[in-house]
Formats: sequence, C-alpha cells, structure tokens
Amino acid sequence: MVDVLAEATTSTSAPVAAAPRRGPGLTPYLFLAPYALLFLTFTLAPAAYGLWISLHDWDYLLPGKPFVGLDNYKALFSSTSPVFDFFWQSMQATGVFTVFSVPLLVAVPLGIALILNRSFKGRTVFRAVYFAPYVLGVAVIGVLWRFLLDPNLGAVNALLGAIGLPDSTAWTTGLPWAWVSLVGVTVWWTLGFNAVIYIAGLQDIPRELYDAAKVDGAGRWAEFRHVTLPGLRPVLLFVVINTILASSNMFGQAYLITQGAPGVETRTAIMYIAEEGLRSYRMGSAAAMSYLLTLALLLISMVTFRLFRTKD
Amino acid sequence: MGRVRGIAWYTMLSGLSLVFIAPVVWMLITSFKTPDEATRVPPTLLPQDPTTSAYDTLFGGDSQTPVLRWFLNSLLAASGQALLVLVVASMAAYALARMDFRGKKIVFSMIIATMFVPIFTLIIPNFLIIDRLGWLDSLWGLIIPGAASAFGVFFLRQFFLGLPRELEEAAVLEGANSWQIFTKVILPLSKPALATLAVIAFLTNWNDFIWPVYVLFSPENFTLPPGLGTLQGAYNINYPVIMAGASLASIPVLILFVVAQRYIIEGVSRSGLKG
Repeated sequence: MVDVLAEATTSTSAPVAAAPRRGPGLTPYLFLAPYALLFLTFTLAPAAYGLWISLHDWDYLLPGKPFVGLDNYKALFSSTSPVFDFFWQSMQATGVFTVFSVPLLVAVPLGIALILNRSFKGRTVFRAVYFAPYVLGVAVIGVLWRFLLDPNLGAVNALLGAIGLPDSTAWTTGLPWAWVSLVGVTVWWTLGFNAVIYIAGLQDIPRELYDAAKVDGAGRWAEFRHVTLPGLRPVLLFVVINTILASSNMFGQAYLITQGAPGVETRTAIMYIAEEGLRSYRMGSAAAMSYLLTLALLLISMVTFRLFRTKD
Repeated sequence: MGRVRGIAWYTMLSGLSLVFIAPVVWMLITSFKTPDEATRVPPTLLPQDPTTSAYDTLFGGDSQTPVLRWFLNSLLAASGQALLVLVVASMAAYALARMDFRGKKIVFSMIIATMFVPIFTLIIPNFLIIDRLGWLDSLWGLIIPGAASAFGVFFLRQFFLGLPRELEEAAVLEGANSWQIFTKVILPLSKPALATLAVIAFLTNWNDFIWPVYVLFSPENFTLPPGLGTLQGAYNINYPVIMAGASLASIPVLILFVVAQRYIIEGVSRSGLKG
C-alpha cells in the first residue's frame, strides 16, 4: 500500500506512452483503493502482526505483553516445555491425515474425472451430483457424519450389520477407525472439487494428441500414460499442492466428528493452535505454532514443485 | 455404446451417485422422525410417524438456540460479504485488466501470492484487529475481513481481459470517463462472471466454520455453522433436531447450487487451472 501510494504521487508526472488524451494518473489507484484498504488491513498487516505477536509472551487477558524473542519458537522444540507434547501430537495428527487423504484425493477424483469426461447422456447431472456434498460446508457434513457414524445407533454400522459385516466399529471414538472416518468423510465431501478441476484440465488437452496416439496404435493405457498424464501435469501439480494445503487446514471434521478422540490423537494442528490462541488466550505461543506450520507447508510445497519439475 | 454396456455404465454411475446423495437424504428424513425413532436399531427407512416436532423445537424460541436468528445472521453475513466482494474486487480487477500504471505487476503478484497463504496464520492477528475495531461478536467481524478476496480479483480480471475493446473505445470517443466505462460498459457485459463470483462468495461465507466459531460468543449473534455445533452439544440425543438444523443450513446452498451449478463448477475449474 505504501508502495502504491508512493507510485500514485509520482506517476502523474511520469510520461505515459500512447495515452489517449489523458494519462491514467490517479485513476487506477482510486479503483484499487477500496480493495487495497481491505487487503492491507486484513491480509498483509495481520501476516506481519502475527510474526510480531509470536515474539512476545502475548496473553490476551493480561495487560503486559513482554518481548521474549524466539522463546515461543524454542519452546516448541524443547521437550520440557508444557506445549511440546501437545504441539507435536497435533502436528502428527495433521501429518497422518494429510498422508492418507492426499493420495486418495489426487487419485480417486482423477478416475471420476476420466469417467465423467466421456460423452454420454446426463453427464452434467452426474457431475453435479458428485460435486454437491462440497457445497454443504463442514458444519453440516460434520454433524451429519457424527450421526451416521455413531457406533451404537448410526446408519453406517446398521448398514454393515445388515449385510453381515461387523456392526459395532467405534468409528468416532477408536483408533484407527477415527482416522478412517475423518479421511473417508473428507474424501466423500471434497472429491467433486478436484474432479471438476481435472475435467477442466482434460478438456484443455488438444484432441490431435489423442488422434496421433491412435495412429501410432496406442491402447487405452498407453494413451493415458503418454497423452493424458503429461497433459494434466500442471493441473496435477495444482491439485496436489491445493489438497496438501487444504488437508493441513483440517479442523471442522475433527472438531465435530471425533472431537479429538479417543484422547487427543485426532486433534489436528489447527485445532490445537485455535485452542491455545483463542480459548486459552496464549496468542504468542499459538502464533509461533502457526508460523512453524506455515514454514513446514512452504517446504512441502517446494519439494512438490521440484518433484514435478524433475519429471521432465 | 452397446445396450448392455450402456446399462452397466448407468448402473455404475447411479450406484456411485447414491453414495453422494444418500447421506443428505438421510439427514432430511431424520429431521421428520421422532427422537425415539431416529435412534432405533435397526433404523427405519421412512418415518413411521412423520412429525415436524424437530422444526417446532428449533423455531420454538429457545433463547439458547435461536435458530431463526442464526439463519438470518447467516443470510446477512453471506450476502453482505458477497456484495462487498463484488464491489471491491470488480473495481480492482478493472484497474488491473484495463489500465497501465506503475507497480501494477507487483500489486497483482502480491494479491495472487496471498491465495497461497494459509488462512490460519491470519486468524490470531485478525482476531486482535477485529477486537480493536470493536467487531468481535458482531456480523461486521464476519463480513469485512474476508472481503479482500484474492480469488475474486483474479477471477474477474481474467474475465475482463477477455472482453472486446471496441465498445470501450467507442465510449472513450464519446467522452466517457473511466468510472462511466466501468459501470456502463464493463459491468453490464460481465453479468455472468459477477453472478458466478457472487454465488461462490456467498457459499464460502455461508459455510465458513472456524472463524465464526471463535469470533462469535453470544448465541443470538451466531450464524448457522457455530449454531450447529452448539445444537450438537445441547441436543446430544435429539438427532432429529440436529438434522433439522443441518437441513436448514443446507437448503439455501443446495437451491443455489442447483440454480447456478454450471457457473459454480466452471468457476471452480477456472480458478484451479489458471491459478
């Protein structure tokens, strides 16, 4: 913003090539101003403010917020600190969730997209149906699946019992079942989103490539490997990164379905950060945790980029 | 496609559809059961004795769970934010798509870069900013902070870039200024894109969970998502009431989805591809 303003005051005098009658002058900055105000206040400033907070012993309820340097960060790496165990437990929970949900959310929607990209009657209806759960929001799907997965009276166990399978699985309270539930519900909920992105990507692959593959006598599988997959590479990269970021944000499902159960095993990093910062009001510590998590995600995203690039 | 293969094809697709639809239908059905029947083992498929008592409980004016109020709050917050997103994002996108100015590249890349900033890094500082502004426990805190939609700017900019320049040039010759071009030429030509963004922004705000759960404290200020969380706590064994609440939260978005699904899906895929 400071930048923008500085530009605004100087550019009026700057020569503008081929300007019709009047240079753009202040006008573009005026058009940008309302957005810039919101962007500065609620995106850029808080990003910096959070770093500042993380360097303080920032108890929301107390008047003094002493500067403590990197102590909040050091505490996260010191096994004697009170937050150490809970923090890494929650990071592990987020890690477990990500490791199991990302491959499923990358592969299954691709299969669905390949099916829904073929031309047949009613294709748009099926696309809509598979996408529909995504518009419901995590609060609705959370309370809904909490009910469906209830070990004693839920429809899932009743259905399993009806077809002769074990009917008393502790979907919401036992391990590893709580993870199966959280991953399963998330795949069910968000699969349509990735599928739609794949479909758009599939449509951008030039038809001629497929025709050429046919001329070369390629079968279905060869066609998929040599035309579809390479054509989808940028889309695939987007889906992988986007899904990793979304998984690392997992909150509502665990908050509503397992409530961290059986103990705190399914309490994810965001859940713990929110509790520490916004329930216990230890905001400095919570801010430090969120930046450490961001750093981890940045590294993972960079590694992913690398992996996709070196496949050339 | 052969007849037999056709039948197999549609059977597979329909079976898969059932997986996506059945839970939602179950939610609706349960909301019309009695608490007793909702927890019967084995469950009944259709309500033996259909009742709207769950909805009566919800709308019965329980001061701890004022569901009608939550519904209106959700409606206000989501439409308020959608409107704000449309105004500020379209103006910014217009400048970025159609004007030359110094710093344009930097501004645009900064906006795009924030699409990849994890939301949770902003939650704690934004909580403090909202507190400073006196917006904690109010709808303002729900409407304003999320309105700087990077996606909105990106999406509209892409659309504006594709609009023909001729009409704009004609307006310039007639002496129209930038604001007139924006409101009389660009915006009317962009109705489909604006509608798409409005729907996406509405859905996003309507379904937001973590932020309202932590910045709203009084039951009368809740929106539906935190409200549903408290319903689950308050009526732990009364599943019809919880399912009725979930149905109420779903109905507007499902209607919106059915009406605008082509645009929503297009918007999603566009945001994904060229992001």
